[in-house]
Amino acid sequence: MSGIGTGYDLSATTYSPDGKVFQTDYAQKAVDNSRVTSVGAQRSREAVEKLVVSKLLVERSSRRIHNIDRHAGICMAGLLPDGRMVVNRAADEATNYKSFYGEPIPGRVLCERLASYMHLFNLYWSMRPYGAAGLLATYDDDGPALYLVEPSGVAHGYFGTAVGKARQAVKNELEKMKLGQITCREAVVEAAKILHKVHEEDGKPFEIEISWVCDESGRVHQKVPAEVLAEAEAAAKAALEESDMED
Amino acid sequence: MLAADTLGAYGSTKRYKSLERIVRVNARTLVGAGGEVSDFQYIVRLLDELTTDDYRTDDGIELGPKEIFSYLTRVMYNRRGKMDPLWNSLVVGGVEADGTPFLGTVGMIGTHYEDSHVATGFGAHLARPLFRERQSDAMSEADAEALLRDALRVCYYRDKQSINKFQIAKVAADAPAAVGEPFALETSWDYKAFAAPTKWAIGAW
Repeated sequence: MSGIGTGYDLSATTYSPDGKVFQTDYAQKAVDNSRVTSVGAQRSREAVEKLVVSKLLVERSSRRIHNIDRHAGICMAGLLPDGRMVVNRAADEATNYKSFYGEPIPGRVLCERLASYMHLFNLYWSMRPYGAAGLLATYDDDGPALYLVEPSGVAHGYFGTAVGKARQAVKNELEKMKLGQITCREAVVEAAKILHKVHEEDGKPFEIEISWVCDESGRVHQKVPAEVLAEAEAAAKAALEESDMED
Repeated sequence: MLAADTLGAYGSTKRYKSLERIVRVNARTLVGAGGEVSDFQYIVRLLDELTTDDYRTDDGIELGPKEIFSYLTRVMYNRRGKMDPLWNSLVVGGVEADGTPFLGTVGMIGTHYEDSHVATGFGAHLARPLFRERQSDAMSEADAEALLRDALRVCYYRDKQSINKFQIAKVAADAPAAVGEPFALETSWDYKAFAAPTKWAIGAW
């Protein structure tokens, strides 16, 4: 307890004098610092993401995009095990909703329920907020939607957003795009381009995972077909080289 | 190949005449049912949860008919163990990932077996004798369908509680599971035996 403002971060039930809950902030930092950048773009229905892996890991393992139900999927950034807890909860909520109401859970409801669940962990001294945030992609009767659920329990719907280390750079790129007007396929290419671009500087090995829920996928959340992903990656690399030439 | 009529009866009342009693569980598996409709709907729900969970796992592996059959035997036996059985006889048909065909049946107390041909309800008495005579594992799809139609016709002739509306569902190694449209069979009621059913029956009058 040296200076003023220390000692207030030991539990999520304590405010600091200027009104912050440090545990919640730390959880958000765990997400922000994660070596994963997740992009999601609404209308185009896809959550995208990249990850840095050990060379000793089997390719395409340790995935960050998960199916929740046939019409919903989530991309988790931050601590992987925390993320899996959230994914499992989301799946339970989806199953439960379906068995109770007889229809697939609407994206809005799923988002709300996940946000409440995440928020719970900000309320008790004995618990730690999840160090994970989820980009939720859904397709229901109201059409496709993208949500971001954060460790604090905050959740919003987005046209496009990003989380993780390079989120700001990605968001800048997203803002330049006409998100409402491009097709899903185009969006996959754009997303791959953005991820390759923001990853260019550090030069570390990475993998890209892309999934979509759109009319083209039959309103089913699934990994983008291998050839579409390969095409997108090729286009992204080509675009990068082109911009290098210009420099 | 699976076949069933589309009747949901309320006692002897033919209450629902367009009820699909064969469902496609996934691309490789079909399940048909006889017995209590509401219990069957519950089973369909269980299967839906099972396949959704399978989809969620996203590991490129899909449940095969054998696994779904095994699951159903456990569900049925578990409920009989609670003295609250699901009042159904089920037929599971499909093709394994390696292409081997599968056909099995589960009773309402969990009794189960696999065979080259199976039937539930009245079909077990009326259709299976025909199957025993004419079915072979090597028979063509057309022959199998003809045999099924003959079996359905016999069931319809001999069982006054049945209706002339049927569905045939197919699954093969090279064709994903699909339930066909309902159809009616050609029937003929002017056989002499139908006009005077007791004439050649010894002891009848």
